[in-house]
Amino acid sequence: MVGESAAGAALPGTKKKRHWPPELNALIGLIGIAIIFEILGWVVRDQSFFGNIVRLKIMILQVSIIGIIAIGVTQVIITGGIDLSSGSVVGATAMIAMSFAQVGTYDKAIFLEQGWVDLPVIVPIIVGLACGLLAGFINGALIAYTKIPPFIATLGMMVSARGVAKWWTKGQPVSFPTDQFAALGEGMMPVFIFLGILLLFHLIMTYTVYGKHTYAIGSNQDAARMSGINVERHLVLVYSIAGLLAGVAAMVLAARGLTAQSGMGVMYELDAIAMTVIGGVSLAGGRGSLIGTAIGMLIFGVIISGFTFIRLDAFYQEMIKGGIIVGAVVADVYRQKRRAAES
Amino acid sequence: MSDIILKTEGLTKHYGGVHALNDANFELRAGEHVAIMGDNGAGKSTFVRQITGVERPTRGKLFFLGKEVHFSGPLDAREAGIETVFQTLALADDLDVPSNLFLGREKTLLNLGPFSILDRRGMRKATEEGLKRTAVKIPNINNPIRNMSGGQRQCVAIARTATFHSKLTIMDEPTAALGVQETEQVENIVRTLKAAGEPLILISHNMRQVFDLVDRIIVFRRGRIVANLNASETDGQDVVAYITGAKTGAEYAGAA
Repeated sequence: MVGESAAGAALPGTKKKRHWPPELNALIGLIGIAIIFEILGWVVRDQSFFGNIVRLKIMILQVSIIGIIAIGVTQVIITGGIDLSSGSVVGATAMIAMSFAQVGTYDKAIFLEQGWVDLPVIVPIIVGLACGLLAGFINGALIAYTKIPPFIATLGMMVSARGVAKWWTKGQPVSFPTDQFAALGEGMMPVFIFLGILLLFHLIMTYTVYGKHTYAIGSNQDAARMSGINVERHLVLVYSIAGLLAGVAAMVLAARGLTAQSGMGVMYELDAIAMTVIGGVSLAGGRGSLIGTAIGMLIFGVIISGFTFIRLDAFYQEMIKGGIIVGAVVADVYRQKRRAAES
Repeated sequence: MSDIILKTEGLTKHYGGVHALNDANFELRAGEHVAIMGDNGAGKSTFVRQITGVERPTRGKLFFLGKEVHFSGPLDAREAGIETVFQTLALADDLDVPSNLFLGREKTLLNLGPFSILDRRGMRKATEEGLKRTAVKIPNINNPIRNMSGGQRQCVAIARTATFHSKLTIMDEPTAALGVQETEQVENIVRTLKAAGEPLILISHNMRQVFDLVDRIIVFRRGRIVANLNASETDGQDVVAYITGAKTGAEYAGAA
C-alpha cells in the first residue's frame, strides 16, 4: 500500500499513453496490402499494379458507390447499431427513381401513359432521396421506439425493400434514363459525389452537435440519456441519413449502368459494413471515423481489383473476401479486449 | 425560511408492494453539507432518485429554492440546478473531457438544430475553469476519458457541477470504487465546494469520510428517516446504532 501510494505520488495522474488512432492501423494496412499486390504484380504478371492509371480509376469507381453507402453505415455503427438494409434499399430506390427519369422516346417507359417522361432531373433525384429517407426513417423509428435490435429491424427492411424493388415493375428492368440523369454516373462523377458527401459528413461528425451525440450514444447510451440527449430522436435521424445515402448510391449506380434492376445492390450492405470495420470503426460503437472508413474503402478496392489483376478466380475472391470481413471484426474484438484489460 | 435549498414533505415511493421510501421529511439549508447514511436497501438511493427526477414519487411534495417542483426527468432536475454524480458514472468513455462535461447541453456557435456548430474553444475554456474551481488536475483534457484512472473520471463527473454553477450537488457514493489517493482527491473537491458555500448531499458508507466532511447526518432505515444528527454532536458508534436499528431518534420513535 505504501509503495503504491508513493508511486502514485511520483506520477500524479500521468497515465499518458500515446493515443494510437485506429485510422493509422488502417492506413498501415492499406500501404502493406498495396505493396503486396505490387510485388505480386511483378511476380505473376510481370507488370506494375499501381503503374496503370486506368486500373486505379476503375478501382476507385468500383468502390466509391458502395463508399457512399458506407458513409451512412459508419454513422449507424458508431451509434452501436448496424444497417443490413442498405443493399435492398439501393435496389428499391434505383427502380423507383429510374422510372421517373426515363426518356419519352422509349415506348416501354413506366409512366409513359401518365406523361411523366423527360422530367427535369430534379424530380427523380427528389423521388430517390425520399425513398431512401423513408426506408431509413422506418428503420430508425422501429429501432428507437420499439426497442427491437437494429439487426432485426434492418433485416426486415432488407427483405421488404427487396420485395418493393421486384414489385415495382413485376421484375422488369427500368432503362433509358434522360441524359441529365445519366450524367450522375458518367465518368468520374461517382467519385466526386462520394468525395463531396465524405467531406460534408466528416465536417458534420467532427464539428457539430450531431456528431458529438452520435459518438456519445455509441459510447454509453445510458449516459447519453442521463445527460439529456434525446436518444430516440437522434437514432431516427442517424438511420434516416443512412437510408438517404443509400438512396444517393442507388441513383448513381443506376445512372452509371443506364438501367435499374430489381437485383441491384445485393450484398452491398455487407461490403459497406466491411469497409467500415476494416477502417477501424468499432462494431461496439463509439469509436472510429469517416476518414477510417475512406481508408477501409481503399483497402477493399485494392484487394478486389488486386485479385482480379493477379487473375485469381472469382470463387476464391469471394471466399477470401469473407475471410477479410471476419478478420477485421476479430481484430476489433481483440482491440476491445485489450482495452478492457488496460482500464 | 428563505435559506432552505431543498425540502421534502412526506416523500414516499412504493414499488408495487415494496415500500422503499416512507414519509421522508428532509431539509437542506444554504451552504450546508449533509450526509445520507443507512444500510443497503434502507432507501437512500430511492430518496435520491426521487429528488433528482430519475423517478417520480408515489406521494409527497418536493420544494427546491422555495418553490414546489415536479421533475419529469433527470434533465428537468439538472436544468433546475440539481447536479448529480451517480454511482454508475454517466460518462461517455470515448469522448474527451469537455465533450463529457457539456454532453446534452453543448455550447454552439451557430444554431442549426441537430447540426449546430460546436463552440469547441468555448467549451474547452469553460472546462478548464470548472476544473480549476474544483482543483481537479487532469493532464490532457483532450484525451478520451477511457484512458483515465477511476479517480480522474470521478473528478470529471464532479467537475460538471462546478462548470454549470449548480445550486445543489448530490453525490451517490463517489468514492466507493476509488483507491486511497483518489478518494482524497474527491474529498478535497468536496471541501472546495464547502469553502465556496455550495450545498451538497453526500451518500456514503464511509464513516470517517462522513465525519470529516459534513455538517449533518441523516440516517435511513427500512425506508424511513430514523435520525437527523449534527456531526459535531454525535459519533460513529451512535450512527451505527441508528443504522442497525439498535437506537431510534426521539422524534422518530415508532418509525422503525
